Amino acid sequence: MLVYFVFVLGIGFALKRYMKTSKDFFLSGRSLPAWITGLAFISANLGAQEVIGMGASGAKYGIATSHFYWIGAIPAMVFVGVFMMPFYYGSRARSVPEYLKLRFDEKTRGFNAISFATMTVFSSGISLYAMGLLLGVLLGWNFTFAITIAAAIVLVYIFLGGLTSAIYNEVLQFFLIVFGFAPLVLLGLKDAGGWSGLVTRLNGVAIGQGYQAGAWSSSWHFMSSPSNNPMGVEWFGLAMGLGFVLSFGYWCTDFLVVQRAMAAKSMSAARRTPLIAAIPKMFFPILVILPGMIAIALTYQAGSSGFALPRKLDGTFNYDLAIPMMLGHYFPSGLLGVGLTALLASFMSGMAGNVTAFNTVWTYDIYQSYIRRGASDQHYLWMGRMATIFGIGISVAAAYVATRFNNIMDMLQLVFAFVNAPLFATFLLGMFWKRATGHGAFVGLLSGTAAAALHHGLTLPHGAVVGIKGGWFGVMHVYPSEMAQNFWTAIFAWTTCFVVTIAVSLLTRPRAESELTGLVYSLTTRPKEDELAWYKRPAFLGAIVVGAALVLNFVFW
Amino acid sequence: MGLDIRLPIGLMFTILGLLLFVFGIVGDKSIYQRALDINVNLWWGIVMLVFGLAMLWFGRRATRAGRDNADQER
Repeated sequence: MLVYFVFVLGIGFALKRYMKTSKDFFLSGRSLPAWITGLAFISANLGAQEVIGMGASGAKYGIATSHFYWIGAIPAMVFVGVFMMPFYYGSRARSVPEYLKLRFDEKTRGFNAISFATMTVFSSGISLYAMGLLLGVLLGWNFTFAITIAAAIVLVYIFLGGLTSAIYNEVLQFFLIVFGFAPLVLLGLKDAGGWSGLVTRLNGVAIGQGYQAGAWSSSWHFMSSPSNNPMGVEWFGLAMGLGFVLSFGYWCTDFLVVQRAMAAKSMSAARRTPLIAAIPKMFFPILVILPGMIAIALTYQAGSSGFALPRKLDGTFNYDLAIPMMLGHYFPSGLLGVGLTALLASFMSGMAGNVTAFNTVWTYDIYQSYIRRGASDQHYLWMGRMATIFGIGISVAAAYVATRFNNIMDMLQLVFAFVNAPLFATFLLGMFWKRATGHGAFVGLLSGTAAAALHHGLTLPHGAVVGIKGGWFGVMHVYPSEMAQNFWTAIFAWTTCFVVTIAVSLLTRPRAESELTGLVYSLTTRPKEDELAWYKRPAFLGAIVVGAALVLNFVFW
Repeated sequence: MGLDIRLPIGLMFTILGLLLFVFGIVGDKSIYQRALDINVNLWWGIVMLVFGLAMLWFGRRATRAGRDNADQER
């Protein structure tokens, strides 16, 4: 672990001398090759919510959790690479909110910038909180001590090396996570008797929890009705809510990930970034979901090593501990150090991703636009460093606040649903319909977010109490699970935003087409790909990735 | 950018792999009971070592090629 810390900080120091302008600091001078930005693209997302949350969901819902990847992330990543990146990268916008300003107007950007900045700081806080809690359980570290150390390290390497430092460290963290978790999966699978042994045991889990055999080991078979699968969702809500609205909203519009692609050295490298990222992403369920499934399987029918999932005080399983407890159970000292470092790396990469996105949006879209215009580049570089410090400061504070939900994933999905779900409708219309106007986008976004809040306030997941889980306007509809509620909240928000944006746009004056060149699909010349080798072309890569994801869906049907 | 990321990655995995490998050989063998009686430190140390050395090799090659190009341009 010490070796890792030394390297993380060393990269920060080594890159310090390259950080001369704000563009170096916030955009890595647009100079990185596609494989680096691609790995950083997934690593930035590979934070606490991914490792702990996906492991927890793997135990709680079984292989259906892979929907977050195979119908969620992958198609969205292909879409952003093939269709949307030309506008992000080609417009020379430095951030996603800035694209909104170029395409629509100032108020749309302001709304997005502020809500996004708030959200990143909040997510970064959740990352910290989860890590503090975990280190307490595993190593007996004091909560405050653990989050201070992690926050300090992230602070130092971003402060020194900016986005490049964050991206380089994310690549390092990516490999560390792969190498730290792969032996866990191998040992766990061996203990459970291989894949066939695991499936047999999971049948026991399914029957034990009142479902048909196979509910944990097939991803689509039981999606016809919410009562047949442990997620409590049906195929339409899943495909539209998760597969379309939430995933596209996250992967296509969240500056946290898009920023990585914007740092690429050329248009084609930027477009290949999410596509290259999609390939390892496809196989991440093996690393993060499978351990959770193994954990629940061994709990119901112990393997030779006697692993069992810990329970909370009220007797329900503590799903969030699935992966950490497995690490502690199987790894001897030595490898355990690597495993814990990998876990720590995942928290720090998630946090660093949020912090770099935050300092860029803060500096370019809030500070430079509303607080102090026209200052020198050196001043903005300095501001970026200050933003790093106070962004991390607020995250630490948020970490102390975030202590209520039992499944971190559900909470994050809730936040995404309110803010991100309507956003994708705005981008879709903005990029592909030249008639969409600034007023339309702004009103659409506001009403989409309001629709999300309203829907959440009028419904309740089955068995929950009125309060933070919904129903605060009175309960009109009860969903079979919290996840189903979240998916439908997203669907309502997206639809509202889509319809309202079109309606208002048609009532307001359109912008001159000459102003929209490079920002809208029909008014932009297609990027030339002739000089690229065929295997480097985005469309080809995209088709391969989508095809492979389809195959995975069928294999685990 | 001036720093090839493969070099630090390679170096780190080489060091970690070497540490695990040595620990797997000289360390107490009874700790592997929990890992289904497999000496995971030894084996995973080798895997990480190989990966680290490969990264170092690729990184070195790229850096050297880059330097040669720069020389020719001069």
